[in-house]
Amino acid sequence: MELLTVLFGNLMTITLRQLVMWIIGSILIYLAIKKDMEPSLLLPIGFGAIICNIPSSGAINQVINGVTEIGILDVLFKAGIANELLPLLLFIGIGAMIDFGPLLTNPKLLLFGAAAQFGIFFTLSMAVLFGFDLNDAASIAIIGAADGPTSIFVANYFNSNYLGAIIVAAYSYMALVPIVQPPVIRLITTKEERKIRMEYKPKEVPQVVKILFPIIVTIIAGVIAPRSVALIGFLMFGNLIRECGVLSRFSLGAQNELVNIVTLLLGITIAARMQAASFLSPATLLILCLGLVAFVFDTIGGVIFAKVLNLFVKDKFNPMIGACGISAFPMSSRVIHKMGLKEDSQNFLLMHTVGVNVGGQIASVVAGGLIISLVGALI
Amino acid sequence: MHLNVEGFLQTLPIMGYGMIGIFAVMLMLYLVIVILLKIFVKHKEESK
Repeated sequence: MELLTVLFGNLMTITLRQLVMWIIGSILIYLAIKKDMEPSLLLPIGFGAIICNIPSSGAINQVINGVTEIGILDVLFKAGIANELLPLLLFIGIGAMIDFGPLLTNPKLLLFGAAAQFGIFFTLSMAVLFGFDLNDAASIAIIGAADGPTSIFVANYFNSNYLGAIIVAAYSYMALVPIVQPPVIRLITTKEERKIRMEYKPKEVPQVVKILFPIIVTIIAGVIAPRSVALIGFLMFGNLIRECGVLSRFSLGAQNELVNIVTLLLGITIAARMQAASFLSPATLLILCLGLVAFVFDTIGGVIFAKVLNLFVKDKFNPMIGACGISAFPMSSRVIHKMGLKEDSQNFLLMHTVGVNVGGQIASVVAGGLIISLVGALI
Repeated sequence: MHLNVEGFLQTLPIMGYGMIGIFAVMLMLYLVIVILLKIFVKHKEESK
């Protein structure tokens, strides 16, 4: 009888909350496989959510008979996320993937990236209004960076209680960019504005400029927002490896093997913070809503900035490209390019949207650093 | 639900300074790129 209890006793300890987490985990896996929504992250996160919500799961730390048994997910969390190692390593790979060429041919596009970070700061204020303390509000606001590693880095820096919910929201909304952005853009632009054509003048960017760019970005961003040096530095280090022309083996390794391994570990490790007790709360729902607010106001910020610029320039910008400053690279640029084609089948915005999108990638990292600096100074 | 209006008002300067900070960084980067392109594209044309 005692052995039977050992075998099946755990069945009786399953709680309703844990069952709900299994369902949430299964939904994430379904979305990853069936809907192709950020599968490289949502699938490991979904599976991790299931394994860390099995009663007395050996995958996470458990106190059994007064003795703490160490779980592998907590070990990975401590080794890879608590010290910000994995998000930073991922940034080397992302940096190696990004071609800043379209941005360098038209550097004005950088400014759209800046405008489209408005949602981050707006959401910070909204989160405080809804009762979150400044630490958590800053961590929630950074969902608007539309950039997973930055969200993890900032939320972890502020030791947020809602890390799991924040990361799930960040990656979910990044995958939902094709659903979130178009209606917002249509709401604040006219059909004529969406039809504005933008000429693309291809220019050759000297290799030396491509090499100097990551170094200069790191120095300038680092001097103004020193807390962003790790983030921007690793991103630009990856890009320098790509552009230097003598480390192609490293560049390929960073773009493929490094990104794959780190993403795999990152997803399942984040799930360690998706235990039912902390994840299933009204705060999680509120965080999901605030994440949406961040994405919507990022989009509005970028589009309105383009409309304001159009009042002063001769060659008008298609205001839709402002929305790509949200980061979410390269999804957002593809979405806006397709929207442009839908309005006018001869309107090819892709190079402009890619330029704004990579500018947004830089701006979102700088925004992360600024949030850490500004909020960090107040707490 | 309790709305923390006082806290909300206190965060508005962060919004202002944050946006100023981002635009400052991006503006500097823009100027540096323009200068670099001026120097190196010109240099390349001359050497051609």
